[in-house]
Amino acid sequence: MSWRDGVALVLVLTIMLLVGLNARHLFEPFTAVHQPPISLSPSALPGYALRTTLRMFAALAASLFFTLTYATLAAKSRRAGTVLIPLLDVLQSVPILGYLSFTVVFFVSLFPGKMLGPELAAVFAIFTSQAWNMTFSFYQSLRTVPTDLEEVSRSLRLTGWQRFWRLEVPFAMPGLVWNTMVSMSGGWFFVVASESIAVGALQIKLPGIGSYVATAIEDRNFGAIGWAILTMAIVILIYDQLFFRPLVAWADKYRVGTTAAQIVPRSWLLDLFKKARVVDELWSPIASALDRIGRARMVFAHRPTAVRGPRTPTRVVDVLWYLAVAALAAYLIWRLQEFAAGHIGWQDVRTVAAAGALTLLRVIVLIAIATVIWVPIGVAVGLRPKLAARVQPIAQLLASFPANLLFPIAVVAIVHFHLAPAIWLSPLMILGTQWYILFNVIAGSAAFPADLREAAASFRIHGWRWWRYVALPGIFPYYVTGAVTASGGAWNASIVAEVARWGSTTLDAGGLGSYIARMTTAGDFPRIALGIATMSFIVVCLNRLIWRPLYGYAERRTRLD
Amino acid sequence: MTEAKTPATSHIIDLEHVSMSYAKPNGEPLVVLDDISCSLRSGEILGLLGRSGSGKSTLLRIAAGLLAPTKGNAFYRGAPLRGPAEGIAVVFQTFALFPWLTVLENVMTSLDALGVPRERARVRALSAIGEIGLTGFEGAYPRELSGGMRQRVGFARALVIDPAALLMDEPFSALDVLTAESLRTDFIDVWLGQQCPIDSVLLVTHNIEEAVLLCDRVIVISSKPGRISAEIPIDLKYPRNRFDGNFREIVENIYSILTARTALSLKEMRALGGGVMQPLPNVSPYAIERVIEKLAGPPIDGRVKLSTIAHPLLPHVDNILTVAEVLPILEFAELSDGQLQLTPAGRIFATSDPEERKRLFKEHLLNFVPLAGHIVNVLQERKGHRAPRIRFKAELEDSLSADDAETTLRTIINWGRYAELFSYDDRTRTFILGASPDLVAS
Repeated sequence: MSWRDGVALVLVLTIMLLVGLNARHLFEPFTAVHQPPISLSPSALPGYALRTTLRMFAALAASLFFTLTYATLAAKSRRAGTVLIPLLDVLQSVPILGYLSFTVVFFVSLFPGKMLGPELAAVFAIFTSQAWNMTFSFYQSLRTVPTDLEEVSRSLRLTGWQRFWRLEVPFAMPGLVWNTMVSMSGGWFFVVASESIAVGALQIKLPGIGSYVATAIEDRNFGAIGWAILTMAIVILIYDQLFFRPLVAWADKYRVGTTAAQIVPRSWLLDLFKKARVVDELWSPIASALDRIGRARMVFAHRPTAVRGPRTPTRVVDVLWYLAVAALAAYLIWRLQEFAAGHIGWQDVRTVAAAGALTLLRVIVLIAIATVIWVPIGVAVGLRPKLAARVQPIAQLLASFPANLLFPIAVVAIVHFHLAPAIWLSPLMILGTQWYILFNVIAGSAAFPADLREAAASFRIHGWRWWRYVALPGIFPYYVTGAVTASGGAWNASIVAEVARWGSTTLDAGGLGSYIARMTTAGDFPRIALGIATMSFIVVCLNRLIWRPLYGYAERRTRLD
Repeated sequence: MTEAKTPATSHIIDLEHVSMSYAKPNGEPLVVLDDISCSLRSGEILGLLGRSGSGKSTLLRIAAGLLAPTKGNAFYRGAPLRGPAEGIAVVFQTFALFPWLTVLENVMTSLDALGVPRERARVRALSAIGEIGLTGFEGAYPRELSGGMRQRVGFARALVIDPAALLMDEPFSALDVLTAESLRTDFIDVWLGQQCPIDSVLLVTHNIEEAVLLCDRVIVISSKPGRISAEIPIDLKYPRNRFDGNFREIVENIYSILTARTALSLKEMRALGGGVMQPLPNVSPYAIERVIEKLAGPPIDGRVKLSTIAHPLLPHVDNILTVAEVLPILEFAELSDGQLQLTPAGRIFATSDPEERKRLFKEHLLNFVPLAGHIVNVLQERKGHRAPRIRFKAELEDSLSADDAETTLRTIINWGRYAELFSYDDRTRTFILGASPDLVAS
């Protein structure tokens, strides 16, 4: 962990705790919001589904805007980059559902008495679940634009604006589209969770599928839950066909590789659009307008200048900049200890640490179990191209299905059979994210070089030796990618999975997620902040001490040159 | 001079006392180009010829306004160059086409930057595409085209802006022999054509024959640091014939110039005694074996003019020069006047069995490559006879560029492994004295 990450971690966690400690003063008093009641009739579901979907796309638009600006700033300005990037890295590890309570209260106080407040809070929660990895991907792309293309754009004297749309955005497109898809898949989980929230006395239910399910849980209406699951399945299916696939198929032309791909992503909708004359006529004015904007030089008095080869960084400004950042961090820490003294005691820290350890144990055990189950299945599927082509989209669909809609079924079972919640609520944490392990392993074994497989077969490498020396090293980098996503998702999910309700029955599995959820219900902001800070800290440490080294190891060992 | 062009003496690009240096990790400057002055004149094709790493591509980028020199000045039509100028077009070794744009769109991009209206840009782009022989491929994406066709797009993109100076950075070296030859011929046809809009061409290449085939004047640049070591006018008529006597004479002359520099720099290095910092080119021991065998074999019998072996043995001039540089370092051959001659040790090596070869190689490595001796000394002093890679890397980077240090380290690892002098474990990134532990264990 470099000192930059350390500073970023301190900054984020301190700000979070400070906001928590001051929240009650900032946001009081709450104004009651007039909310339409949620109907449990199945006929209301299509309307709710539409509202939920709209929130999702509003957040996506915000994420895209954030990505294009934040990542560009971080990539173009070295000084901004040294602060923005570690900051982003820490933000990525902050549990989204944890700070929902802050943002709801904040937005409600911003627009008192209006539904716009909670709506914005929900969109913001989804935004935070989507934006970070999209931004990272875009930033990485901006930093790795091939030198020759960068030079040719300068030699052609493209302006900054032209270069952005002609070179940088297209180059970043495959990574950006892929990360947008992963973000969207994850987003369904958060849109459902963020629609219905109670912070102390403030009870909010936004019209949508999430609120529908929450109401059904309160009413112990099992049939309604069934309808909600069915509706969500249809929504996901439509989203897959009308959005996901066309986008992936369209983005294929931005691949930089100079050889044709083995599998060209296809979409019937995109094919239809390309052939249909009507669509063409409707689209072409828009396309030519966009084209003109991208082409425009957007510059009036600027001349491109040569890059100074050996540029000596301006030390003085650097030192001032770092001093400013350090001073801010120091000031925040000082304020924090001043505030915390009155609110949070060592007893709280001990409680939170113990809860964190319990959730950590759960995550580790669950990832291990998911690995043992899905790795062999994934390898078996991936090695059969036809089967993989069928299973892969299903795994992706399952990953985007919001698992929290299925929680009530498990809860009813636990209540009915009198099972121990501390054990049986745990699997819910990984219910939605285990699929990332499966589809990454499938992708890895499908991409496994055919000549290596044939070599293994011809030297008759079987059984354990085959797994140890052929299959597992081959899929390892892919597995790590999947496992990182799954574990990050599990931490996020713990906040809704470790505490579950069915009508008036409440099951509590203990752990850090449950701690944050309980404090949210109680409206105890300092302790919510403490919980989130602790969880972020654990996740950052996990990423730095386990996942990143593993990833580096996988990269190094599976490369030929 | 060229017949088709009116002899003009006006200068398009002038470089005056241009130097380029980068900061090494220890803060000292690493000089890539040292005090170079030359001019690109109207109506000529000027060749910049040098080994890879001689800084000739850097020089092209300075002339293009893509890089600013650390010292000295670049002028375009008499005015100081402060960035890419409107009349200068660059053709890149890697083609540098936008993969997401079609051929037409790629060519039009040049005109967009100038603010040419869309429809006019389209017409001009189509005409440039036609001129370079790509009509019919306007809608194709670069990945659908072969290397030669991609480079044609690169040419069309440069031609479409009617450049006063066309700067080409090894434009043919990423292509196979036949494709490169046909593209060279087509390029000369365009250049000699009546309506050719280009006023002057700067060609950077490491291929001696290519330079003699295309250029009116060749400037030879020596390596480390890059300096002008010769300027050779080429008064041959187009189309030029590789087998023509005058042509061969010029080629041999250039070989002598280049190898004389190499031999001299080796002597200087030895004389200074501090050969530890000598950069080693990346040549595998097996390539060395093969070349020594060839040199000792019947048609050559131990003594050869470099210009005559370049073709049949190794297609790229750069490769034969690299090997020609390595054999004298190891004292398996001597280099003088463009001639390579095996030493007695080289002759013995050629006829030895594998065991004996390794023994001989080890002996020469210890005696003549100071870096190898240095590594062995360090390993012997250390506990467990191990030392981390980073230790030697840092040491090398004190006087070599990061790239050269990396290449040198890779080469010495390969040579050390072959000679079983020391081995290297990439997992732990450490050097270990003696043969690989795997070998010892069994």
